[in-house]
Amino acid sequence: MDATHAADANTAPPPDEHFGDATGGKVGMWSFIAQDGMAFGGLLLAYGILRFTADDWPVPTAILGIDLTAFATFLLIVSSVTMVFAVQAAKFQDKSKTVFWLMLTILGGLGFLGIQYYEYTHLVHAGIGFGESAFDFGDGRGVVDVNNLFGSTFYAVTGFHGLHVFSGVVYLTCILIGTLRGKYTQGGISYSAVELVGLFWHFVDLVWILVFTFIYLL
Amino acid sequence: MSGEHKGGFLSTYVFSKDHKYIAKQFLWFGLIWLLIGGVMAMMIRWQLANPGEAFPLLGKLFFPRTGGVIDPDAYNMLFSMHGTIMIFLGLTPALIGAWGNWCIPLMIGAPDMIFPLLNTLSFWTVVIGGAVGAYSLFVPLGALEAGWTGYPTLSTTVGTPGSGETLWAIAVFIIGASSIMGGINYITTVVRLRAPGMTWGKLPLTIWGLFFTAVLNVLFLPVIGSAMLLLIFDRVYGTQFYVPATLTSGGGDPILYQHLFWIFGHPEVYILILPAWGIVSDLLSFFARKPAFGYRATVGAMLAVTVLSAVVYGHHMFTTGLSPMLGESFMLLTMIISVPGEILFFNWLHTIWKGSLRLNSAMLFSLGVIFVFGLGGLTGLFLATIATDIFLHDTYFVVGHFHLTMAASALFGAFAGIYFWVPKMYGRLMDERLGKLHFWCTIIPLTTVFCTMFVSGWSGMPRRYADPTSSPYVAELQYLNEITTIAAFILGAAQLIFAFNFIKSCFWGKKAPDNPWEVGTLDWIPAYPVPHGNFATTPTVVTGPHEFSHPALGPDRDWISQTEALPETEGKTA
Repeated sequence: MDATHAADANTAPPPDEHFGDATGGKVGMWSFIAQDGMAFGGLLLAYGILRFTADDWPVPTAILGIDLTAFATFLLIVSSVTMVFAVQAAKFQDKSKTVFWLMLTILGGLGFLGIQYYEYTHLVHAGIGFGESAFDFGDGRGVVDVNNLFGSTFYAVTGFHGLHVFSGVVYLTCILIGTLRGKYTQGGISYSAVELVGLFWHFVDLVWILVFTFIYLL
Repeated sequence: MSGEHKGGFLSTYVFSKDHKYIAKQFLWFGLIWLLIGGVMAMMIRWQLANPGEAFPLLGKLFFPRTGGVIDPDAYNMLFSMHGTIMIFLGLTPALIGAWGNWCIPLMIGAPDMIFPLLNTLSFWTVVIGGAVGAYSLFVPLGALEAGWTGYPTLSTTVGTPGSGETLWAIAVFIIGASSIMGGINYITTVVRLRAPGMTWGKLPLTIWGLFFTAVLNVLFLPVIGSAMLLLIFDRVYGTQFYVPATLTSGGGDPILYQHLFWIFGHPEVYILILPAWGIVSDLLSFFARKPAFGYRATVGAMLAVTVLSAVVYGHHMFTTGLSPMLGESFMLLTMIISVPGEILFFNWLHTIWKGSLRLNSAMLFSLGVIFVFGLGGLTGLFLATIATDIFLHDTYFVVGHFHLTMAASALFGAFAGIYFWVPKMYGRLMDERLGKLHFWCTIIPLTTVFCTMFVSGWSGMPRRYADPTSSPYVAELQYLNEITTIAAFILGAAQLIFAFNFIKSCFWGKKAPDNPWEVGTLDWIPAYPVPHGNFATTPTVVTGPHEFSHPALGPDRDWISQTEALPETEGKTA
């Protein structure tokens, strides 16, 4: 950013009577989260309409492996907790702890992505594809056709979320590199970049709770 | 702060991060697309008045296969792409992109947008979207043919095979991403970068309009993003989100697309009109030399419209078999929008009431917004009412209505902005005589075009017919189509006056003084050329944006800068 630009998002602007000393980055991230929430809202609305107007929607728990995904959900929630610790450590200018907690958060995200990859390959192998669906429920009927929208909506929504986790991991890695260079543990509001990635990461986790509930459990 | 911008050619003229330069880029980009969309409109009108006759001059170039005749397929593409281009590539950049970028930092006393890089990205993303959209016109089997709304089943691979429609969906997706980037930037800049003293109650109304637009952009463009994503999946990967019951089990829901589309689509109307309302609210006060009447009520009304715009989308879907109870709720909510609408009109009329009006081009176009939006708004009541809407649905009444409200009003808002801010943007005054000529040669044919459409629509002329003479009862209305077309061609020709005036004035016009309109908002403080960083010292705001003809100012001048305190008057302070 060139020197004449006073508009640096993460320097503290004059305190605002309505927004205290929230940085521009924070307001921007919240706006971004609002738009992202609406994007998920659109997809989940589509899912809801398609599912509840269909005559023959299979019971999700009969096809999707709940146990494994519940573990992935747990992993994601724990990574949210480690994210909180990372922000806290950065705030207290503790570089090594910040790095430690960030790495754990990234591991959580990677673990989630790994499980999702395993789940996708398993499902595709079993016949649930993007746009075509057949499945052996193991009740003696053999491989039967199921509503093809089951697979399409499943991959569209969870895939969209998976992309968010992936972007989150990349984003976290960038912040990790910055932390290793000591950029975010210099006191003052220098930790705000860690806080911002935290906001995004918590959002991705929160959305997953909804996705998990609607797509897997209900 | 040094005004010199040091950087290479690319970072100065192409990927500039300066909001003022990006505003200019958006303006030119939007105007070029308005020209392309305008030529398409001329072709549509030509076909409707003279079905089966070759389009003069350009016809052979664009339709070589038919010798210049617009065949039904080409006609479908024309009206579909006309809508898409005008909304997403013409008006959005020329109104929101240009004036959002220009006004927000300058009017709130900020050195630049808060995320300059995101700003650059926002512009270049819309360029990519425009390129994809333009490319879709040249692929085998042609571009989008399903109307600008792209409804399935017409927009599925069954209705429109070929990659044109897919490219359209990708283009809309990309352009949406660009608008979201802009929206996040606008919101954050207004929230965080207001100059000291620039409280929410002292913001110019232009900024309020742009701010609400940004909020709607951020909240609702993602929804059409989702809709387009699913459409792309349907077309590319063979999913069936929108493909109704097929031979295989299940089957998707074409109405689902309409829900997702209009959840975005109705706020989009207000996305386009709110900046125009904001600009008009300011300009009426500036050129009536009176404070804006009911500043708080105007802001409140715009806020109410912003909120209501999110909950009325169902009025686009009365004929889809929507539950009548839902339909009635949507009808009621839609009707409620006329309450804040009335408040705005009341305030505008009171602002100019007994003012000393300066009727220059910018003011004329502001008054034009009131006039055309008034016409459009009143006819909206017929479309909001289920009983009349079922009759008027998909007729030319609808075409006339939405062109007056979202197209003409937004366009007039953009024109008012151009006539008003070009003196600061390019340091030169627009030619007032040509500007006034442009206004009168625009508003008269424009009103004729769309009001004639009301008549033909009321008489039952359906929209999207390639050949209106093909059906006996519609053929009866051919004289109306001919009137519309003649007026439309005059309207199109009048825009050449503007193009000439704009180019001439921007580069060779009369040098503008620093504050040609004698207004107090912060954007007129820095001298042309406005340096990088805008203000030599950050201004401190003490006065509202519309303190005109205040008694305390004395006889010599009738305006005061937002950085000056009003002199105290007896018994009452400002």
